[in-house]
Amino acid sequence: MRHVFNFLQSTVGRKYLMALTGLVLVFFVLGHMLGNLQIFLGAEAINAYAYKLHKLLPASALWFIRLFLLICIAIHVWTAVTLTLDNRKARPQGYQKKQAIQATYSSRTMRMSGIILLSFIFFHIAHFTVRSVPGMKYNEPGVISKKVDASNDFIPTEVPLVKKGEAVFKNGQKIMTFNVHDMMIAGFKSKLVSLFYIVATGLLCLHLTHGVSSMFQSLGIRNSFWRVRLDRVALVYGWTIFLGFAVIPIATLVGILRADPSGGLIANAQVHQQEDITHKLFTQEVTLK
Amino acid sequence: MNFTLRVWRQKDSVSRGELVEYKIQDVSEDSSFLEMLDILSENLVEDGKMPMAFDYDCREGICGMCSLTIDGIPHGPESGTTACQLHMRHFKDGQTITIEPWRAKPFPVVKDLIVDRSPLDKIIQSGGFITTRAGSATDANTHLIDKGTADYAMDAAACIGCGACVAACPNASAMLFTSAKVAHMNSLPQGKPEKHRRALAMVSTMDGEGFGGCTNIGECEAACPKNISLDVIAHLNRDYAIAQVKNFFKPSA
Amino acid sequence: MNLDAKIPEGPLAQKWASHKFNMKLVNPSNRRKYSVIVVGSGLAGGAAAASLAEQGYNVSCFCYQDSPRRAHSIAAQGGINASKNYQNDGDSVHRLFYDTVKGGDYRAREANVYRLAEVSSDIIDQCVANGVPFAREYGGLLANRSFGGAQVSRTFYARGQTGQQLLLGAYSALSRQIGLGKVKMYNRHEMLDLVKVDGHAKGIIVRNMVTGEVTSHAADCVVIATGGYGNVFFLSTNAQGCNVTAAYRAHKQGAGFANPCYTQIHPTCIPVHGDKQSKLTLMSESLRNDGRIWAPKLAEDALKIRNGVLDPNSLSDDNRDYFLERKYPSFGNLAPRDISSRAAKEACDEGRGVASTGLGVFLDFRDAIQREGKKAIEERYGNLFDMYQCITGDNPYVTPMMIFPAVHYTMGGLWVDYNLESTIPGMFVGGEANFSDHGANRLGASALMQGLSDGYFVLPYTVGNYLGEQGVHSAGKVTNEHQAFAEAENRVKARIDKLQSINGSESPRSFHKRLGNIIWEYCGMARSEEGLTTAIEKIKELRKDFWSNLRVVGEAGNINPELERAGRVADFIEFGELMCRDALMREESCGGHFRIEHQTEEGEALRDDENFTFTGVWEYMGDDIDPRLHKEELIYENVKLATRSYK
Repeated sequence: MRHVFNFLQSTVGRKYLMALTGLVLVFFVLGHMLGNLQIFLGAEAINAYAYKLHKLLPASALWFIRLFLLICIAIHVWTAVTLTLDNRKARPQGYQKKQAIQATYSSRTMRMSGIILLSFIFFHIAHFTVRSVPGMKYNEPGVISKKVDASNDFIPTEVPLVKKGEAVFKNGQKIMTFNVHDMMIAGFKSKLVSLFYIVATGLLCLHLTHGVSSMFQSLGIRNSFWRVRLDRVALVYGWTIFLGFAVIPIATLVGILRADPSGGLIANAQVHQQEDITHKLFTQEVTLK
Repeated sequence: MNFTLRVWRQKDSVSRGELVEYKIQDVSEDSSFLEMLDILSENLVEDGKMPMAFDYDCREGICGMCSLTIDGIPHGPESGTTACQLHMRHFKDGQTITIEPWRAKPFPVVKDLIVDRSPLDKIIQSGGFITTRAGSATDANTHLIDKGTADYAMDAAACIGCGACVAACPNASAMLFTSAKVAHMNSLPQGKPEKHRRALAMVSTMDGEGFGGCTNIGECEAACPKNISLDVIAHLNRDYAIAQVKNFFKPSA
Repeated sequence: MNLDAKIPEGPLAQKWASHKFNMKLVNPSNRRKYSVIVVGSGLAGGAAAASLAEQGYNVSCFCYQDSPRRAHSIAAQGGINASKNYQNDGDSVHRLFYDTVKGGDYRAREANVYRLAEVSSDIIDQCVANGVPFAREYGGLLANRSFGGAQVSRTFYARGQTGQQLLLGAYSALSRQIGLGKVKMYNRHEMLDLVKVDGHAKGIIVRNMVTGEVTSHAADCVVIATGGYGNVFFLSTNAQGCNVTAAYRAHKQGAGFANPCYTQIHPTCIPVHGDKQSKLTLMSESLRNDGRIWAPKLAEDALKIRNGVLDPNSLSDDNRDYFLERKYPSFGNLAPRDISSRAAKEACDEGRGVASTGLGVFLDFRDAIQREGKKAIEERYGNLFDMYQCITGDNPYVTPMMIFPAVHYTMGGLWVDYNLESTIPGMFVGGEANFSDHGANRLGASALMQGLSDGYFVLPYTVGNYLGEQGVHSAGKVTNEHQAFAEAENRVKARIDKLQSINGSESPRSFHKRLGNIIWEYCGMARSEEGLTTAIEKIKELRKDFWSNLRVVGEAGNINPELERAGRVADFIEFGELMCRDALMREESCGGHFRIEHQTEEGEALRDDENFTFTGVWEYMGDDIDPRLHKEELIYENVKLATRSYK
């Protein structure tokens, strides 16, 4: 135990942890982005993806993954905070005049980008995962409706799971799933939210252009030969992530992505009459626009 | 050449310091930066004032004694150069130049531009050596060391211990200094037996002395008058992690 | 003054081995009862402190820099000699011994030099074990080069930073002992006096350069390893802080000073640019392998070049004087240091010098570049050319480099016997601070060898021998409570007060410059009876002026660079006079000492073996009394004295 403690106490050890958790998060954002991009394949695809993500594994495994990611973020942030505090202490009196010699903008702003990203992550989880940010249009028909019982909670509106334009049945029952497609579009309809989202992914890009290469340095597997290459990889990676995420709110705002309350069911197929009255209203609203 | 100098003056370690402005005239462009400060000091002495206190010795860029932050850059704007090898021709006539000491908690100002860098010595004392006894060594060619390894060790060993890396780092980290010694000794076969101990002990002393941590931004490398590369830091990170893992499974004192 | 060199009996090759056997040993458990003071942390001091601590003695080590790693040994570039014969080119202990004695112009002690050659191999082993990253061949073996005109490749090197790497090796060994608590390190402390108790050296008085506090430190013996006195010339390649104070104050306490006039002038330094310059920078001698040294034939051409009217490149070969090639056709531009330096000075004396001050000659790579291409030259000397350009702002690929000789090393020093013990019992002297191994001239790559030989391999034995002889009952008996310490402390404080109370108008630096000019003018590369007599008079006047017109600003209880310099300059002035006296006494030319009265018809140095085969040792007699000369006759049993010829 003493050794673990030593490791955690040392600046080098904490940087190691920061790099390892960073690595997990780097892969996570890539997966997350690829998942999100399926929105361009239509409601059928992304809703099916969301269904698989949530229902294929047992709930405990899902929670385990979520917890793991949260712990990674927590460690990443904890190391950053403690190291920053230590670093501040190491120079109580600053220079009256200071110039950066070669440090890139991204490397010097990791703390700024990190803090804003963290607040974004809180918002993002509250917004799309927990769906409890006040003032957001969760009560948009087709995404979430208010429970009518005494609890007055919101419950997600469900649409059928669709494959090749047709509803999927299991044991004679239509499999219902949450309409992620419409939720995202509803979410990004707010210009403010979209702007924050784009800015945050921009900062993520900034964070990654230093972080992805720096990670290898902290893990001790970088040298000057690979540094140039890894720096380039990090730049490309950061921009890829940025564009991959930012394209969705942009596409929503310019109207390329539109809500599909059917969840991807092909029109005139054996569509079961939607009984939900609010849903109809919502469809009308869309067509009115 | 004429300059306006804004120089840090501080009577002793307990006094408060401040930037004081001086004008200096007729400096030869062939003068080194320290010779320019010599002239300033002589001028001050003529006026019966205390001359500048600043560290210097060899004045040929190898002893590592000089320690001036010139316009916010340790050792000044020329890369791979110590302040004593920096010549005034690299400045513009009439320029205002700000000169401050190294700034870091472990390097308290002793007087004016002189700081106490003994924590760097302490880092070396904790593990920056290869244990040998005079007269007991085997023949020098017993260990064959390939040229690449020898060159790498030499690159790392070129550190002059000036502390510019600490001064340049926004975190006042001594990682480049510490890693350079670890990389030099850990890469040589003679240094292998103490490899793990060295990495653990030196990092622990470095942290204990109050230096900050590394954020891989490379200011140290850019300020280093001997162009020591960040590669050595990666080397230390690697050796440190291996040593910790090894120590975890098989603790050795 | 007893100048018994205590050279062991027996054949040359067995002397050291049998001496080691005959020396007293100190029981390991008794060693911790003894304490040793080491002043200086360079190759000799650092290595000695580390090795003595390793053996179990309690060591206190003092240096004036902020860390022991900054000692000026760090600046040596070229390399370190050792008789390993790794290149299979016929090297041997005896050849290294012979070369060193011959290179020293037959003014060194045979037995000491032989021991130096003998342990040179051990030094390389020790340093490699220590982690010194010497250059290697592709096969992993140590690389060697030929250096300073030697006919064998016996020089080991670590890029152009050999001195640095060796020093850092010794520093790491010393650091280990500091970490273990066996060495107590005193940084930023300057030794200001030696304390003797019953005739034996038992401690020192130091000034803490940060707080100004003057303190006494007692030990069972004292090792002085404080380097050379090249800064007596004001401008030299030495570090700014290098000084003669420790050695000179010990001299005043009774230690004989040997051969102070033997100074080495290095031919390839960057010329002086103006009177505000503080330091001369050495360019590696290897440049002379491809560069051709010349000065304009005509003084008027030289004047035009100085004024920038004439481009040196446009001067035709007919109007150039490649003076080394002309005078020494067989060695040409590779003639030894003393000879090349003198030839350059002569050209400048004739008004044919270049550089802004007229004190410089060209080192031209035009022909080499034409012959082998710029790329080949760049590969060989790229870093040196860059350094030159960094300092002078000139591009040596285009404009020829300019060089001028500068003081580089001092062969003279405190007299020591075979055990490196001075004329004061219990005071040992190592490295450049002693006089022992280089005679009148030092060969390239031998200074590092001597420093480490003294520090790692000689002092740890001979100091132990002395302590053993004193007996364990004496260990730690003398403390700094002893009256002698109080007296010495008062002496030191009185001197500091005196320096501060003059309240004149001239700064210590200014006095230092004036002294430097006198010494360089009259006791530099060429010396004469007339010049030296004048110099002695001038120095006396300067000394009087110093003690009546010095101005030291600031207080003593704080960092005060003016006070530090004032104390050092005061000693340099007195020492400068001693140097001139020695030069005046030595009526011959040998090695770095050239008396214009004693030269051959062709202007070569003329030794007088009949009358001057001795070491001149000076005894301090009192402040205003002339020092007394003692002679240690040099007996050559193994080499035949011959004339050095480089024609």
